[in-house]
Amino acid sequence: MMTAARTISFKLNGMPVTADVKPHHNVVEVLQSQFSLTGARETCGQGLCGCCTVVVNGRAVSGCLYLATFLDGTEVTTVEGLDTPQKLHPVQEAFIETSAFQCGYCTPGFVLMTTQLLDEHPDPDDEQIKHYLTGNLCRCATYPQVIEAVKLAAKKRKGS
Amino acid sequence: MTMTHDAPKAGSQVGRSVPRLEGRDKVTGRAEYTHTMRLPGMLTCKLFRSTVAHGRIKSIDTSEAKKVPGVFAVVTIDDVMKVIPDPYYGPAFHDQPILAHEKVRFVGEPVAAVLAMDPHVAEEAAQLIVAEYEELPAVYDEVDALTTKTYVHDVLKPAGTFADLKHLKDARDTNTALDYRLRKGDVDKAFAQAAHVFEHEFKTQKVLHLPFEPHASIADYKDTGVTVYTASQGPSFVRTEIARLLGWPENKVRIKVPYLGSGYGAKLYIKLEALVVALSMIARRPVKLALTFEELFYQITKHPSTFRIKSGIDKDGKIIARKCEVFWNGGAYADIGPRVTQKSGLTASGPYEIDNVWIDSYALYTNVTPAGALRGFGVPQLVWAYESHSDMIARALKLDPVEFRRKNLLREGRPHATNTIIKDAAVEKVMDHVLDRMNWSKPFDKSTGVVKRGRGFGISIKAVITPTTSVAIVNVSGDGSVTLYCGTIDMGQGSDTAMAQMVGEVLNVPTETVRVVPRDTDVTPYDMGTLGSRSLFHMGHAVQRAAADARDKLKALAREVGEPEGSNIPVRDLFVKKYGMQAGNVIGTGIFKPDYIPPAPGTGLSENVTAFWMVSGAGAEVEVDTETGHVKITKLVNVVDVGKAINPRIVETQISGAALMQLGFTMFEKMHIDGGQVTNASLADYKIPGFHDVPTVMDNSHVDTNQANGPFGAKGVGEVATFCVSPAIANAIDDAVGVRLTELPLNPESVYRAIRAKAGKPLEDE
Repeated sequence: MMTAARTISFKLNGMPVTADVKPHHNVVEVLQSQFSLTGARETCGQGLCGCCTVVVNGRAVSGCLYLATFLDGTEVTTVEGLDTPQKLHPVQEAFIETSAFQCGYCTPGFVLMTTQLLDEHPDPDDEQIKHYLTGNLCRCATYPQVIEAVKLAAKKRKGS
Repeated sequence: MTMTHDAPKAGSQVGRSVPRLEGRDKVTGRAEYTHTMRLPGMLTCKLFRSTVAHGRIKSIDTSEAKKVPGVFAVVTIDDVMKVIPDPYYGPAFHDQPILAHEKVRFVGEPVAAVLAMDPHVAEEAAQLIVAEYEELPAVYDEVDALTTKTYVHDVLKPAGTFADLKHLKDARDTNTALDYRLRKGDVDKAFAQAAHVFEHEFKTQKVLHLPFEPHASIADYKDTGVTVYTASQGPSFVRTEIARLLGWPENKVRIKVPYLGSGYGAKLYIKLEALVVALSMIARRPVKLALTFEELFYQITKHPSTFRIKSGIDKDGKIIARKCEVFWNGGAYADIGPRVTQKSGLTASGPYEIDNVWIDSYALYTNVTPAGALRGFGVPQLVWAYESHSDMIARALKLDPVEFRRKNLLREGRPHATNTIIKDAAVEKVMDHVLDRMNWSKPFDKSTGVVKRGRGFGISIKAVITPTTSVAIVNVSGDGSVTLYCGTIDMGQGSDTAMAQMVGEVLNVPTETVRVVPRDTDVTPYDMGTLGSRSLFHMGHAVQRAAADARDKLKALAREVGEPEGSNIPVRDLFVKKYGMQAGNVIGTGIFKPDYIPPAPGTGLSENVTAFWMVSGAGAEVEVDTETGHVKITKLVNVVDVGKAINPRIVETQISGAALMQLGFTMFEKMHIDGGQVTNASLADYKIPGFHDVPTVMDNSHVDTNQANGPFGAKGVGEVATFCVSPAIANAIDDAVGVRLTELPLNPESVYRAIRAKAGKPLEDE
């Protein structure tokens, strides 16, 4: 714990920022403690549940395992970066309209992974959805509703 | 605000699939949860936990931990008792110390707490604490606990909350925290007269809730009052218990609860709150304790159980006697186990009309992580046994499993085993709906290959925890906008939305415009707790009454300001007429507590044991690979009686989620415990259901019924779809391959062992 902090710079949801991080800090704790962004959450702490998902340089990573120091020079998107005051992201709209969550704790991870899924598979079938989202767990088990949400989001995305 | 659907018309709010009111906050990651909350100047707590299952504490050496730079304090029970002299808490028994006191009773019990600004510093320091124990013999099994001479507690200390526990006060030399009995008719005589008698034993394993927001609490103590931010399903109880520990009036204790990252019963009653309050008193700073995922395995679990069930059947296939002995493994502290034992115990004989019933249900202390309520208050364990038993009897007597049940079903107007008359419990309708969705009357291809197919079903009944109280307030502001204050915790079940729908229905305003105040005991009135599928019924009544009270007061205000009868003047204009400007409030209040007759001592009988009955059924189709024991669930049908659905989409999501959660408990989830040590305390080693575990076909529905005494004809649904999943699958496996599993989980190893044993080629034990 005696290790020194270093200052890193990165783009967070489009804004240039700096943070003082120690070598053992993970992305989730830095987002929460230095930027008050709590959409990425540490649940299992092993990169298995997907609640801590953030997007670094266009790739989803587990924020509980990804060391914050590696954010230096990257572009980071969190769930808070998807919507604007005027409009939700189509994936977010689809999750609301299909009631594809209950407690909502894992939802940011699902939403972020779904945006990435639809970038790669604009019109996914059930198997593609299950395969792509298999690293996201939901203890409320809203899996059937998530599949509906993804399909609705795909439709909305095409329309927009 | 962005509306994601067509703006609704006022009126007809109930019965509409309103999207969840908190949806926007949840999908944008902005919903508030205690686990991610911070207060200025806050210290973080990390715990040092027991490594032995049962032992006397000889010493705790905190000196090295205290030397770590950045450590604010290291606290043991001696420090706690300087600020809280009697540090024992709990809902049924005051048996749990804030930190281990003199003894440790399970591996993982908190022994010392380290406080630091930096959680990593606290964590490192906690690892430097050394404790020495004089190890004692330990008891792990619920049946052993009844007869062993090893006692988890030297003296039992009932909290006095429950009248039926008073006889246990100061009891010694026992691990029995509660023994519930039901005696109806004469079972011995009936067994003697029976044409057939069947006796089976069923077991369930230790599993746990694993809410994705692990437990978290923050206390901010000041000499003038304490505020606790906590992930709790029952802030009113937390307030009462903290006030008792501090010797304070309740109004100096404020409990604030944001959204919960689920609960399923894990966050009921009191969990971390007493500890963080004590630590904040000692530190005179806000203190936060947020569990890691691993620590969930040392907080609270479901009850493992052993259920011995014996039935006497007459020559016509009628059940004439049933004897149930249920042993509940409560772990080291009673928590709410005694409630589980009694309230589920009284329905142990199932949804059948049986003239002679004998039930013994025992809550037992053992040296493992405490057990509490988990989505069903014990009923899933019971249904697992009695619906497996039903099929085993039907199979042995070569009776049709449908007709055997139909001959014995509890019907409207008939007495339940407790003597309470069945009302609004659609047992037969639910069963028929399950069979219909399963296409039960159609031929079923069982296959003759390596992979065999089978199908099964089960039906169940549950009594709601009774009697409990809910209070609600509806506030109409000067501009006519409506605010609801109710203590029901929205932990994902959608209660905020459903309650707002009821307010909207009564006051003729769109649900989406009703504000539901985040739970804060300084403003939200009393509620017994969000548990046991009670809230929609109990709080729903209170909310309906509060809204009706507000409506009546608005009408009175209209008369007062000279409006003619039937006037349609906007509410805001009423206030302007009264106060000369946009000002004032109209406050409606509502209280609900159902009628109830407690079970009679000795017989456990009561003519009014429950406010309402819950009924569910499930059916499963499976494919069993006879070479690997792997079971694939190709279809899972879930049917519940919810009365009138307030929000059909939320009801469907609840049914689906509950059934899938129980599927995990049925097929693979298990805490492995070796000498008291949990050996799979992580998500890598404890598998929960994911996308690929969802059955090929999920068919969820509710039957169209009316709960006559429910708010808008409705009743609760949160747990109900868990009840029948396990026996439906076990019955389907038996149908497929002719083996009967009597212990959960039904994992490939168990299935394969049973297949080999049946073939006369049993596998060697591990």
